[in-house]
Amino acid sequence: MSSDEITRREVLVLTAATGGLLAGGQLMWGPVSPAAAQDAASTPTPLEVMLRINGKEHRLTLDPRTTLLDAVREHLHLTGSKKGCGLGQCGACTVLMDGKRVKSCLSLAALMEGREITTIEGLAQGEVLHPLQAAFIERDAFQCGYCTSGQIMAGVACINEGHAGSPEEIREWMSGNLCRCGAYDHIVAAIQDAAAAPSATQGG
Amino acid sequence: MTTAFIGQPVSRVDGRQKVTGAARYAAEFDLPRQAHGAIVRSTVANGRIASIDSAAAERGPGVVAVLTHRNAPRLPYSPHKGAVDPQVGERLHVLQDDRVSHQGQPIALVIADTVEQARHAAALVRVTYTPESWTTDITRVAPVQPTQQKTDQGEVRPPATRRGDPEGALASAEVKVEQTYIHPRENHNPIEMHATIAAWDGDRLTLWDKTQWVHNTAEEIAAVFGIPAQNVRVISPFVGGAFGSSLRTWPHVTLAALGARAAGRPVKVMLSRREMYYGVGYRPHTVQQVALGASRDGRLAAIMHDGYQETSTYEEFSEALLNASRFLYSCPNVDTRHRLARMNVHTPTYMRAPGEASGVFALESAMDELAVALNMDPVELRLLNEPERDEFKKLPFSSRSTRACYRAAAERFGWSRRSAQPRSMRDGRLLIGWGMATATYPMNFAPASAMARLLPDGTAEVTSAASDMGPGTWTSMTQVAAEALGLPIERVKFVLGDTRLPNAPVHGGSLTMASVGSAVQAACRKAREDALARGGANDLLEAVRRIGQPVEASVDTNPGDESQRFSMHAFGAVFVEVAVDPDLGETRVRSMVGAYGAGRIVNPKLTRSQCIGGMIGGIGMALMEHAVLDARNGRVPNANLAEYPVPVHADTPPVMEAIFVEEHDLHVNPLGVKGVGEIAMVGVAPAITNAIFHATGKRIRELPATPDKLL
Ligand code: FES
Ligand code: FES
Repeated sequence: MSSDEITRREVLVLTAATGGLLAGGQLMWGPVSPAAAQDAASTPTPLEVMLRINGKEHRLTLDPRTTLLDAVREHLHLTGSKKGCGLGQCGACTVLMDGKRVKSCLSLAALMEGREITTIEGLAQGEVLHPLQAAFIERDAFQCGYCTSGQIMAGVACINEGHAGSPEEIREWMSGNLCRCGAYDHIVAAIQDAAAAPSATQGG
Repeated sequence: MTTAFIGQPVSRVDGRQKVTGAARYAAEFDLPRQAHGAIVRSTVANGRIASIDSAAAERGPGVVAVLTHRNAPRLPYSPHKGAVDPQVGERLHVLQDDRVSHQGQPIALVIADTVEQARHAAALVRVTYTPESWTTDITRVAPVQPTQQKTDQGEVRPPATRRGDPEGALASAEVKVEQTYIHPRENHNPIEMHATIAAWDGDRLTLWDKTQWVHNTAEEIAAVFGIPAQNVRVISPFVGGAFGSSLRTWPHVTLAALGARAAGRPVKVMLSRREMYYGVGYRPHTVQQVALGASRDGRLAAIMHDGYQETSTYEEFSEALLNASRFLYSCPNVDTRHRLARMNVHTPTYMRAPGEASGVFALESAMDELAVALNMDPVELRLLNEPERDEFKKLPFSSRSTRACYRAAAERFGWSRRSAQPRSMRDGRLLIGWGMATATYPMNFAPASAMARLLPDGTAEVTSAASDMGPGTWTSMTQVAAEALGLPIERVKFVLGDTRLPNAPVHGGSLTMASVGSAVQAACRKAREDALARGGANDLLEAVRRIGQPVEASVDTNPGDESQRFSMHAFGAVFVEVAVDPDLGETRVRSMVGAYGAGRIVNPKLTRSQCIGGMIGGIGMALMEHAVLDARNGRVPNANLAEYPVPVHADTPPVMEAIFVEEHDLHVNPLGVKGVGEIAMVGVAPAITNAIFHATGKRIRELPATPDKLL
């Protein structure tokens, strides 16, 4: 909630208004959010940022608070990378940064200059799907498809890192990517298939 | 060329879109000039807004408008109750007055050019409250009898039922089990967070929304704004999981539309993960007492099942908590009683296998306790109490494959090697337990419409305003259509998720395959027959070529009187192996086998996905999921995916099997399907806790079975 913050003065006002209730210790307020401490005037100055995404350069004027995920989704309209929490907890936003998997919701876009970012949109070679994309379809490694971009990007990295040796190892190294539809079993099978495919370490 | 596609393991027709990131979900239909909305939510559980100061927020950079109850237009909020809404009470009206009934209630909407600006400004809105006393502690609420209950199918569900003399039978029973079972609040937590983009054109509104029912969303929003339903178009081609959270039209949808009207430009509202715990429903906390009485030889003499669940102060949400106890087993003396605990919370809603998931946990736990008390194999006990017919509805079952399910799953699992004694099976220092439970879920069939359009080039477009939150509606409907038309799958395009398409029922309650599938099949058969007749040819391609213009057929299908003649349910059995670490109290599920009698299976590949997905959901319910409600203030302190754990890759059992037993049910619907989305979730939690008992000798009666309860 964005309204958890309340100033000390207001707590006092409220205390006065509620009397005994507070004495019962039943009210609990959230911490004062740092944003509330700022006032409207202290607005960050927009930044010029050059992002290299899927081999293309994009010059963007961004609020410095913009995450890499919001930059690709909201500014470049590359909506293949998904937002499932914005807190680094679900993995739906996973992209490759210089070939390594990162959670783009935790990465500030402005810090990505000079990096090579690969999103799901950049994985296929034209019409030819990456082996892991093809394996996902073959193995039915998704249902709703919302975690899928993140699973595939993480899966590509997992294979490249050499962490796809056994189902147990894949499960361990893929556990940062949640799938609420519960497609895990099939995702692991798809990663195994792709790891065995000759061209699996391409892409990213 | 064969066109017998029903029953084939066809890969998803939308697979390529999903693996390339091309599938677009609600928040991904950005429009020119679109602004962003951020919601300010209440921080008290009950009371009035004493003051709300939005001046600082309004001065924020990029801020277009700040809406509160003081400046928001008064909305008509005409009566509207969809089949997904509680039939008693009234939905939350947003920004209409100063009343606050729960934590996290929307009290302001900030609209700004960018999402960062909107969120920043939302944090600048200053609110003070005049709190009133509140109720957020379920242990201190006296549950009340619900006013009335209706199923999502519109039939009245009795809050209390009784047959025979349950108290007498229980008192004189040779063996008894009487226990209380508790299921905590759970959140759907689809990975896609709820989002709506709203755009007005005069008095016409278009919504891109995460919804399991586009037509109901249109009707609800039309009622809220007092405009004709046909003025509202709702588009929702892909839904990133929902499990029930997108059945109702929640307040943020209204806020997006309100914001777009105030701003005079399109507005997008996407909830944060934390907001997902305060505004899109949840599976309610339930407290259930079950008493079973049986004869020494294991025949049930009495079942008493009394349960209550949380609901809000403004609506009576009831789920089918006690349904299964009324008919799952043969028993002459049965009493069930359902009550509600009204609290200062937002209204709960249906979540995957609503009612059955929690109710069957209680019943099947008690059955396991009874088997232990009788020193009888739990499968034996269930077989002994198999009913010949539905003793509650006094109707024959349209089909009931419980016996076949027990047999198939037990065989695959290797149940005969089980040693009955708790703590008798080990793997090194780990305690091994085997448990099982029965599953059931009603077969739901609702009116649906579809349109089939055959084109001269021998392709077809088939449409219905259905939804696909993951089970594969896009694919299964294409299969049904192609088979009915007699065309290859590649020539058939099925389209869903838009109110401009023929009406479809809600995508929930496992009814899409039965309902929309039957309509699609009928429309396609009719289009084919019309084309062959008009074209004067035996070959469809030849016929449509001769006709030279599209041939269209629209069909509405309706359930017949089958529900008056039959009790219709899917049945199943779940067998589980757990390993419990005696020192750490940690439970790992090692193997899970589910067998289901769910009628015809249209696509075994996708159905397997759906079933193992439901089983994974059951692991979450059994071992980890728990939305903590701080009884002091009604907040959910663990409102995020790190502190509300859900199953991850590493929680997947190495062995997972879903078996579909052969079942031909001619009564349920034209396709003979029962649906599997819900039943796959049912029975999993009790099978796991029963296995934990077998492993450790400890009975878990309050979910989830976290390590602290096993040490
Ligand atoms: S959106 Fe980045 S981890 Fe969830
Ligand atoms: S496919 Fe739906 S969340 Fe993974």
